[in-house]
Amino acid sequence: MGIPTQDTAPPPPPTQPSTAEQKRAARGATRPGDRIFLGLTRGSGILLLVIMAAIAVFLTYRASLAISKNEGNFLTTFDWNTSADPPVFGIAVLAFGTVVSSIIAMVIAVPIAVAIALFLTHYAPRRLSGPIAYVIDLLAAVPSIVYGLWGALILVPQLVGLYSWLDEYLGWTGIFEWQGGAPRTMLTVGILLAIMILPIVTNVSREVFRQAPQMIEEAALALGATRWEVIRMAVLPFGRSGVISASMLGLGRALGETMAVATVLSPDFLIRASLLEPGGGTFAQNIASKFSEATQFGRDALIASGLVLFVITLLVNGAARAIIARRKEYSGANA
Amino acid sequence: MSHAAVTDKRPSTLRGAHLPKWFAWATAAGSLALAVGIGLAAGLQSKIQWGLIASILFVLGTYVISASVEGKRQAKDRVATSVVWVAFLLAVVPLVSLMWTTISRGVKVLDGYFLTHSMGVVADDEVGGGINHAIIGTVQQVGLATLIGAPIGVLTAIYLVEYGRGKLAKSVTFFVDVMTGIPSIVAGLFILSLMLMFDMQPFGFAGSLALAILMMPVVVRSTEEMLKLVPNELREASLALGVPKWRTIIKVVVPTSIGGITTGIMLAVARIAGETAPILLLVFGGNFINSNPFEGPQQALPLYIYQQYGAGSSAGYDRAWAASLVLIAIVMILNLGARGIARWKAPKAGR
Amino acid sequence: MKLQRKNRLRALSLGAVAVSSALALTACGSDDTGADPGTGDGASTQAGNIKCDDAQGQLLADGSSAQKNAMDAWVKQFSAACKVQINYKAGGSGAGVTAFTQGQVAFAGSDSALKPEEVTASKEQCEGGQGINLPMVGGPIAVGYKLSGVDNLVLDADTLAKIFDSQITKWNDPAIAKLNPDAKLPATKIQAFHRSDESGTTDNFTKYLKEAAPDVWGKYEGGKAWEAKGGQSAPQSSGVTAQVKQTEGAIGYMELSYAKEGMNTVDLDTGAGTPVEATIDNASKAIAAAKQVGTGKDLALELDYATKAEGAYPIVLVTYEIVCDKGNKADTLPATKALLRYMASEDGQKILAENDYAPMPQEIIAKVRTTVEGLS
Repeated sequence: MGIPTQDTAPPPPPTQPSTAEQKRAARGATRPGDRIFLGLTRGSGILLLVIMAAIAVFLTYRASLAISKNEGNFLTTFDWNTSADPPVFGIAVLAFGTVVSSIIAMVIAVPIAVAIALFLTHYAPRRLSGPIAYVIDLLAAVPSIVYGLWGALILVPQLVGLYSWLDEYLGWTGIFEWQGGAPRTMLTVGILLAIMILPIVTNVSREVFRQAPQMIEEAALALGATRWEVIRMAVLPFGRSGVISASMLGLGRALGETMAVATVLSPDFLIRASLLEPGGGTFAQNIASKFSEATQFGRDALIASGLVLFVITLLVNGAARAIIARRKEYSGANA
Repeated sequence: MSHAAVTDKRPSTLRGAHLPKWFAWATAAGSLALAVGIGLAAGLQSKIQWGLIASILFVLGTYVISASVEGKRQAKDRVATSVVWVAFLLAVVPLVSLMWTTISRGVKVLDGYFLTHSMGVVADDEVGGGINHAIIGTVQQVGLATLIGAPIGVLTAIYLVEYGRGKLAKSVTFFVDVMTGIPSIVAGLFILSLMLMFDMQPFGFAGSLALAILMMPVVVRSTEEMLKLVPNELREASLALGVPKWRTIIKVVVPTSIGGITTGIMLAVARIAGETAPILLLVFGGNFINSNPFEGPQQALPLYIYQQYGAGSSAGYDRAWAASLVLIAIVMILNLGARGIARWKAPKAGR
Repeated sequence: MKLQRKNRLRALSLGAVAVSSALALTACGSDDTGADPGTGDGASTQAGNIKCDDAQGQLLADGSSAQKNAMDAWVKQFSAACKVQINYKAGGSGAGVTAFTQGQVAFAGSDSALKPEEVTASKEQCEGGQGINLPMVGGPIAVGYKLSGVDNLVLDADTLAKIFDSQITKWNDPAIAKLNPDAKLPATKIQAFHRSDESGTTDNFTKYLKEAAPDVWGKYEGGKAWEAKGGQSAPQSSGVTAQVKQTEGAIGYMELSYAKEGMNTVDLDTGAGTPVEATIDNASKAIAAAKQVGTGKDLALELDYATKAEGAYPIVLVTYEIVCDKGNKADTLPATKALLRYMASEDGQKILAENDYAPMPQEIIAKVRTTVEGLS
């Protein structure tokens, strides 16, 4: 497998330096072929900017229409009733639900994904690891609506036992209290999201671990280190920034996941202390399930919530970039 | 470092006590048996609990036995190994279950009739009907979206990597990141507002536009990464031979990374092929075959699955599973095709 | 190495064959599903009685999911007779009305009549006219429950309201026991399901609660969105139905056409002599007492939810088809008219009962027929 097989590669080597290249660029631009090609590529870039600007303007405009008529506080109201007169809606519940479900998904998925990635690169018999990696690759492409279908019809009934268990042993914490309803809750959503982002996080992490410098590993083994010690000292530090960026990629998908959440969750506009009680909701799920019956005004309100989701994803992405950029400077991995 | 091993019970050999090879298997079998026993005794219904108990027993058992025989360092190593194995098995279960359910339930109504007929006038709770209209819709919408999204994405990535410097490139990079975060339903709303402005009826191509918007940033990001992996020496060699920069890019840089670029595009295609939300708003759905994406409502597979699931009848569930199977199959075929192209086209780098 | 290369090529060509055969499949599809032996539902074919005129082409409609099952039956009969493809997307009443006022569909189905501002909006699409409500389908909203050992359950409006407001949380609550002296009520927790999306069904159900149990439900404003906190939720009537069937101790509301096997329905103690069962006949009695509040060609109805008439089931819903009285789009007018004419005809209304809906009362449907003929 000489070809990288995923969409975010490990920290790329720096390609841009040298004043020589700038000179080349300057000289190259004088040829007609170069000018046309430069124009074409730059044009695509600009087109992308134009689309973005159009979407942003449109979003903000529609959102402002809705928010100006909102009787409740957009940030703190625990309600979403856009067809009432006067309309009342707020994103408190959605923000909470989105964050909680994504955190659950990350807590479950990232360690397991890292373990699978290590399994594939350092533990599995070589003959097995190729096909398995390939299958996991394919699973990353399973549409979310199929995960939703599976979650609602297969996973949910299976979770009843786990729920009563959690309630029995951990119910005293308040977080795992359960009163026997169908397990269509935030915890289930978190578990389903974890399953959905697992392939992506695994793929990217695996790619990173595979590129860990073999010399150092062999040196450590030669010094008598156990396999775990090699991984802890030579592989994990090397792959840390890659794992972080992989997790962020997964987080991005978890935050914006729509159909799977909409099919599995039993939403309600309230925040429960217990993860095992129905209720709550996420931004994307709320848009999908409220959209069809919403009036024009209701749609504007949903767009306003979409704008918030947009901003949150933006922040997460920005944070991931910053982490990666900082790590890159002194990791030495790019040499 | 090897001090601990030397001070072990048997200092005469360098390796210290060692558990036999079958140890891991024996522990696994033992913990599994114990977990089944506990599960049966406590009357736990869910297989999930059985699995969790078995995994915990396995990891603990490995540590305790290994620590007492082989010493702490070896024990830690064994625990790491078993944790990794357990994590792998835990993760494989739901994924296998997903595939298995889709296939076993999907084949129930999946036959030639199902593939070659539309829903026509079949009601939600009746058996019969098919997905021909949805396949046509999905293939056309995704195809058109790829025709628009992929070239723009690749060209933008080329601009960013090969030419990009200064403010424009920086802002494009930034906004590509922002664009990745657009919820798909918002992209749909954007196109819908344009349609309303020009007083248009729902049609397939509108869905393609929204899908193209979702696709572009993904293609840009993956292509960018792939182009960055192309060694600078190749570019320099070509330029030194007097080849113009644009020909260098087309003949050297892009072919070198074509495998990765194609894979990136295919992954993007796979992602948009499963998008439901924008389709819901823009192409209307419908039960009849319409092979003209530029006029009249079209159906799409993800939307079809959602609608059949929403119908709530067992006939509807069957159709939803079968359509899921077909959708996955299409995505997989695309994926396999892309890999084939990638391997075939990729330069044979030394390995 | 060479061998491997060959294998790859073979795999590739296999992939290409698969793709092209998939494409080939799509090229020879058929819309003709009527001949499928599995689709016969026993309903007599009425094709002979349907007047098509010059109806043809494609008809788009969107709206209420409450009448989806009725629409399926109508469409099947209608398209057997006329060369019209009817696309009814049950996206919900709100979506239907929005799509109608934006001119994207020929007509909309809605569980509540147009609001004044929606009528204003519709004038843009209906040149020289406005959107009007044509009551076409009625039906009881059943309250379904699943509780093993209890096959017959009687509730009154107050108790029902308290259950859905999370004030009564156990099935053996004294209030329930008092209404069901003979039933063995378990101490199971009540799982009350409501709709998670906005819905005309919720609107009508809460209107009933508000009018018949003002002490409990009076604090809420009513409307398409569910306002009470607590309980569980699911999207669409089919979603609520599926959940109620799966969950022990569940109770939820849905159109009667959804409440088939797998659950029981609650009999309502309305204050009349005997508790009323959710049946089509009983719903028809309640609908017959409705007042017409629309003016001119608009036939919007007002229902009396607090009725105590003997045998009248008060939680009912009427679905309107919303069209322009004048200024319908010329290319879809013949098809719209032909379809609506068939829906309002005796044959069309007769089919409703076979599908667990209630036909409209004679005097109302007679007015609908006249109005449909006058559409332009």
